[in-house]
Amino acid sequence: MENWQQSFFGFRRENGRVGVRNHVLILPVDDISNAAVEMVGHNIKGTLAIPHSYGRLQFGADLELFFHTIIGTGRNPNVAAVVVIGIEPGWTQRVVDGISQTGKPVSGFSIEGEGDLATVAKASRKAQEYVQWATELQREECPLSDLWISVKCGESDTTSGLGSNPAVGNLMDKLDPLGVHLCFGETSELTGAEQICANRSSTPEAKEKFLNTWNAYNDFILENKTSDLSESQPTKGNIAGGLTTIEEKAFGNLQKIGKTTNFIDVLEPAEEPTKGPGLYFMDTSSAAAECVTLQAAAGFTVHLFPTGQGNVIGNPIEPVIKLTANPNTAATMSEHIDLDVSGILKREMNLDQAGSELVNITVRTANGRHTCAESLGHREFVLTKLFRSA
Amino acid sequence: MTTHFIAHDAADTVGVVVVEQVKAGQEATGWIMETDETVTIKALVEVPLGHKLALADIKNEDTIIKYGNDIGRAVSDIPKGGYVHVHNVKTKRW
Repeated sequence: MENWQQSFFGFRRENGRVGVRNHVLILPVDDISNAAVEMVGHNIKGTLAIPHSYGRLQFGADLELFFHTIIGTGRNPNVAAVVVIGIEPGWTQRVVDGISQTGKPVSGFSIEGEGDLATVAKASRKAQEYVQWATELQREECPLSDLWISVKCGESDTTSGLGSNPAVGNLMDKLDPLGVHLCFGETSELTGAEQICANRSSTPEAKEKFLNTWNAYNDFILENKTSDLSESQPTKGNIAGGLTTIEEKAFGNLQKIGKTTNFIDVLEPAEEPTKGPGLYFMDTSSAAAECVTLQAAAGFTVHLFPTGQGNVIGNPIEPVIKLTANPNTAATMSEHIDLDVSGILKREMNLDQAGSELVNITVRTANGRHTCAESLGHREFVLTKLFRSA
Repeated sequence: MTTHFIAHDAADTVGVVVVEQVKAGQEATGWIMETDETVTIKALVEVPLGHKLALADIKNEDTIIKYGNDIGRAVSDIPKGGYVHVHNVKTKRW
């Protein structure tokens, strides 16, 4: 018998996926519907309003990514039901249709011709109905293979590469054989380790797809850079923590995928995986909130976030579990740290023990324990914008 | 025995300080994770937690090795026991 928990209690949704949270989401289609969304969120207790900055005059690939992210957020099994509010009915309905494919309750409301107040009144009644329905849903015991776990590190330092990232990697090596869906991203932050990462693909197709994705991102950086990116990549926090170059950061980053787990496919930003259980690489920015927002939109339900200097990020729908191997961060920012693995640096804890503790805190979080980020109200919902709007 | 610094790989030319600081002149004890070996280095300057000590004499333009891999190039000579950071190492990529 392994020294970690083998099942968790979650909400099985209409499409068979399992959520670890039970949110009734109030989702704006566009920036100008935020006020109405926030009014509904205020009116009906137990709802979750997630305002954002975009959704108008976007086009092409940028618009497609926008819809994938908004619709994917609503589709995530951590969400029980959704009230969608947009300025006009067309795009509002497109979002409703995308979410309703999961079978979950979803209703759309548009503001033009009605005004905020009448829209808010109707949307609030629907939100109240959804909350009262959702709060009667019960958790059931589920195998670990029903977990979808994403990972991303932030404000990394050298302790990330020594302790907290390898602990995440150890969890992957433990859970990948059990049929868990796993996801890592951060395309630019693999620079320097991209060949070694490419070799961690399980098929030649996945390898080629990864290298094409990495090359495209690197070309974009080379085209737009005005310096060697020092203080952006690595960040000032990374440098304060002892990291010197992007290459050093990349090798530390790559520790998160463990020693034996290979990736089976490469996802577009916010793309839902379709090749079954296993590890996926997603093409994302390395900015924490953008990356986690994209992974949540792809359907991942629990996030593991190793930090060195103390990134404080959360996400509205996907609980973000933070771990650190930096003893100073564990002591000075304890309200942000769900798991302290600084014992690895003192050789008081080995990676196997750290990985098992991480599986256990992941299961406890899936069962309902609020993460530090949830209890502190961190709800960073940040859409990735590919280029200027029309 | 306290471990003052850790190196990932036997080939690494830098090690990471894992105590609050290593003081100038201190005989620092290091652990090579890959081989489970213990080594000692005399630190020439103070190096804080998370920052890197040179484990060998590094010449200007030499490749810095960590995780057994290339993490950048030296832009000045760095003596064994010296402090390795953004003032004497740069990326080869951007």
